Amino acid sequence: MSILAVKDLAIHIGAARPVDGISFDIAAGECYALLGESGCGKSMTALGIMRLLPAAAQVTGGAVGFEGGDLLALPESGMRDIRGGGIGMIFQEPATSLNPVLTVGRQISEALELHTALRGAAARARAAELLDQVGIPDPLRRLDEYPFQLSGGLRQRVMIACALAGEPRLLIADEPTTALDVTIQAQVLDLLDELRRKQGMALFLITHDLGVVARMADRVGVMYAGQLVEEAPREAFFAQPAHPYSVRLFAALPDAERRGGRLATIPGSVPAADVRHEGCRFVERCSEVMPECRSAPPSWRDVDGGQRVRCFLPGAAPAVAAEVGAGDTAMAAGSTPLLEVKDLQVHFPIRRGILQRAVGAVRAVDGMSLRLMPGRTLALVGESGCGKTTAGKAMLQLLRPTAGSVQLDGVELTTRSSNELRPLRAKMQMVFQDPFASLNPRLRIGDIIAEGMQALKVGAGDAAAKVGPLLEQVGLRADMVTRYPHEFSGGQRQRIAIARALAVNPQLLVCDEPTSALDVSVQAQILNLLSDLQRDLKLAYLFITHNIAVVDYLAHDVAVMYLGRVVERGTAEEVLRQPRHPYTKALLAAVPRVDGARSEVPKLAGDMPSPANPPAGCHFHPRCPLADESCRRAYPAETLFSATHAVRCIKAV
Amino acid sequence: MIQPVVLWSDALLFVLIAVIVALTLWARRQDALRAAWARVLKDGVAMAAATVLAVFVLIGLLDSLHYRARLPDQPGTTARYAVEVNSALDALLSDLRLRAEKTYSAPLATHLYAKEALENSTQREFPRLKHGGAHLGQDLSNREFDIAIRVSRGCAGGLVIWLLLATLWCRVRGLELMASLKVGAGGTASGAIFITLLPILLLFGIAISLGGGYHVFGTDKVGQDVLYLSLKSIRTGLLIGTLTTLVMLPVAVLLGILAGYVGGWVDDLIQYLYTTLSSIPGVLLIAAAVLMMQVIIDTHPQWFATSAERADARLLALCLILGMTSWTGVARLLRGETLKLRELEFVQAAQAFGVGRFAIMRRHILPNLMHIVLIALVMDFSGLVLAEAVLSYVGVGVDPSTISFGTMINTARMELAREPMVWWSLVAAFGFMFALVLAANLFADAVRDAFDPRSSV
Repeated sequence: MSILAVKDLAIHIGAARPVDGISFDIAAGECYALLGESGCGKSMTALGIMRLLPAAAQVTGGAVGFEGGDLLALPESGMRDIRGGGIGMIFQEPATSLNPVLTVGRQISEALELHTALRGAAARARAAELLDQVGIPDPLRRLDEYPFQLSGGLRQRVMIACALAGEPRLLIADEPTTALDVTIQAQVLDLLDELRRKQGMALFLITHDLGVVARMADRVGVMYAGQLVEEAPREAFFAQPAHPYSVRLFAALPDAERRGGRLATIPGSVPAADVRHEGCRFVERCSEVMPECRSAPPSWRDVDGGQRVRCFLPGAAPAVAAEVGAGDTAMAAGSTPLLEVKDLQVHFPIRRGILQRAVGAVRAVDGMSLRLMPGRTLALVGESGCGKTTAGKAMLQLLRPTAGSVQLDGVELTTRSSNELRPLRAKMQMVFQDPFASLNPRLRIGDIIAEGMQALKVGAGDAAAKVGPLLEQVGLRADMVTRYPHEFSGGQRQRIAIARALAVNPQLLVCDEPTSALDVSVQAQILNLLSDLQRDLKLAYLFITHNIAVVDYLAHDVAVMYLGRVVERGTAEEVLRQPRHPYTKALLAAVPRVDGARSEVPKLAGDMPSPANPPAGCHFHPRCPLADESCRRAYPAETLFSATHAVRCIKAV
Repeated sequence: MIQPVVLWSDALLFVLIAVIVALTLWARRQDALRAAWARVLKDGVAMAAATVLAVFVLIGLLDSLHYRARLPDQPGTTARYAVEVNSALDALLSDLRLRAEKTYSAPLATHLYAKEALENSTQREFPRLKHGGAHLGQDLSNREFDIAIRVSRGCAGGLVIWLLLATLWCRVRGLELMASLKVGAGGTASGAIFITLLPILLLFGIAISLGGGYHVFGTDKVGQDVLYLSLKSIRTGLLIGTLTTLVMLPVAVLLGILAGYVGGWVDDLIQYLYTTLSSIPGVLLIAAAVLMMQVIIDTHPQWFATSAERADARLLALCLILGMTSWTGVARLLRGETLKLRELEFVQAAQAFGVGRFAIMRRHILPNLMHIVLIALVMDFSGLVLAEAVLSYVGVGVDPSTISFGTMINTARMELAREPMVWWSLVAAFGFMFALVLAANLFADAVRDAFDPRSSV
């Protein structure tokens, strides 16, 4: 008996059709995952079910059956009882989905008063019970706190508690963990899973992350350009995806086995929602195109074991053969380091009072040391807030460090004035996280790329002539120079940002999460581009990321950061295969794996402490399963396990 | 023969017009700007408002071409010119200007509004006007008929001119007459323009035809035609609105961006400056500054050749003072936006290239603030026109000899207290100012919608 039955749901926004006839059922207590790239219409589907669509969007057809009744036929007042009562919803961004001026208790009681008979003290008791249920320690105290006093993980738990207040039979979770760190993501996913099992609540999970799907889902629907293209039980889907799109999504995932090789990419991007389709929607990006694909849309075809697919290909789509790359791109270690960082500190003063005196400091980076050899990739890994981006900017002197030394090719940077730094800036460049914020919307692509050459007097005078070849080097067309950034997709913009950095012939590229804002298939294109460039230009990368899979695929050396300090460093092999520090172990264990396997390492509890007030002794001891009295006394010294592998933990063995 | 006179405000106004034309030509080559302005051009309400504004600007420009008329030659002397400085508008409206009555008369009246002792009589009567309705002679019975004839004649004239313009436009664009009246025809809201032009031309026709024989809006205390006063006030309002923004804008943009981008003590200083400025009551500050200017002007009579130049100096001083006190709002807005932009990654990318501070402000910050600057500019215009009225009403505005909406309203204060009440100069000033400010506000709204990045798809 299905609790939710969506049938041919279609949503139009003007001429665009973000959701174009989608049908699926969710059984009571089941977890159904809707998987797809951004722009596929996943969130629009969820909003359509809840009837919370933006004003411009309209449901133009189909039916949404919930427990036997049609939601689309309900009056708005009836729909209000369903929202929160029958169907709960949690959103992607915990920072903005709670009202900042109401206490946590008030927000939960609001939901309770709407959907239950509880009032006053009874509601408060129930709210505390709910907070306890979602694993928030000391719930009575938390009830009187405001959202800004909570960390991201706790906020998302409060959001879940709010959604649970009305005891919904179905919970819609729209990318519930995308904004969270892996360790927090693991906590939240565990919580959702446990709640579902205990309460028999169905879960409609929207995500783009195959790892999350493997961890959570009973059944999977793959969405592409407003339609489902494949639907299957989890085991069948991960054993053998049937649609060429699903196959390519898997092939585009970076991991250690594809190291040195190239990732399979999906050429092009998701078609715009206002394109009319004659045949299969995936036809432009598919490598198995047959004549009938262009003439008529494929209908559902059962594969077996409940798996069905919209594709003309008989049998399952063939696996994508991984292209063989040119082998490992690293140059031999042992030459002099290109970048050497010693005891780098970046402190931001906390000012209080009328005279704005510094009363303390946020120790964003607090004594980190690392070295990067020319032509190699060093990955800087850690949870958000651990100071990795600050460290990257401080190395480039975009932020002036408080103390410590940064040497580029043997030249000390920290003591130089900004004028003295200018000639050195050509050697080191940065690629930023958000391709939409890193290009000035008012400048043409040509001007954006030429800016660095003009400012640094590289390529004397013929800057404009060099822009075309640069664009071709990063896989764009030379005639795009006159366009503006808004005409490009996210992946193309990131290519432009890379071309801009390459324009001044740098030796070191600091990449600050360059793929975290991109879809998997586009991420693969950018990672391929970066490894090609490293091979051709002998670039060294400082790769700042929280994505362990990317690290595994790309990095030669890894440094793990916790609260402003490097806790473990070594080659990728050493750190990722034989992690010694308990934090590294927990971080690796928290990554949801595509094969669905669970690791035995206990998950990390709690959140990272504030860098304004780090714990005494080893910073990690409050969360560490191995910690004892000696860990609280002093920050551990570095223990060497091999010439390259160093760990700051007294318990590491 | 005449001697052209270029007052400082005229020169600034024409420089401003030239700058706007140059900016328009430049903006046509900028894709983003052209797209935004194209949205304004397609907006029917905006273009109707722009048409009304254009009429006001035209009147204001005509009133800015000043000259001194040559006096009749007397033998043995060189050519002499009148002390009075007139404008092209004065020349066009010389009928209205010169046909002054003795004192108040109601709109379209034939008699004065106050009783006087008539010659050869012991009774106090309403005397006949010297000019208003003089063509009727002694027979006043057909005054209504005459007015009706003149109104219909004016309507017909306006309609004919409108039809001529419309057919000419359609001929040029190759459109059907009726089709062109639809909004959106020919890529712009030309329909809206023509529909707005029709009532304007009809009103003009009526005003010209009636104004030939009557005082359409009556006369004021010293017998000047109120219609003439209202038309002369337009230039003052426009000058205050535009020249003040010209003074204010560079200060606001420079200080706002500096405070936001440079930060540190520069930010503290600028913030201190505008917090202090905006915590002093505006009218008080302006009054103090205006009175100081007044003393300087009064103690240096040798600086000014004519009284018009003196009044002009006071007008400019007022613009300057208004500008120096009203930049705070825009600067604060720009500082906040700059703080946001400064943290964006494209600014950091430029810093990573070692691009200089001022180059970053010019290339990366300023272009991304232009929509706010433009919106602030058009929104402030109407506020300043109203501010002039308030200041002149309080008595610290323009020179008493300068005709402005504010001075008209100021005199109306006494007129409203009379019995019977003199209502027409207030109504005339109110009507003209209302049309000007409403048009400016509607246009500003459309500009804001078109340039606001959040509303554009």
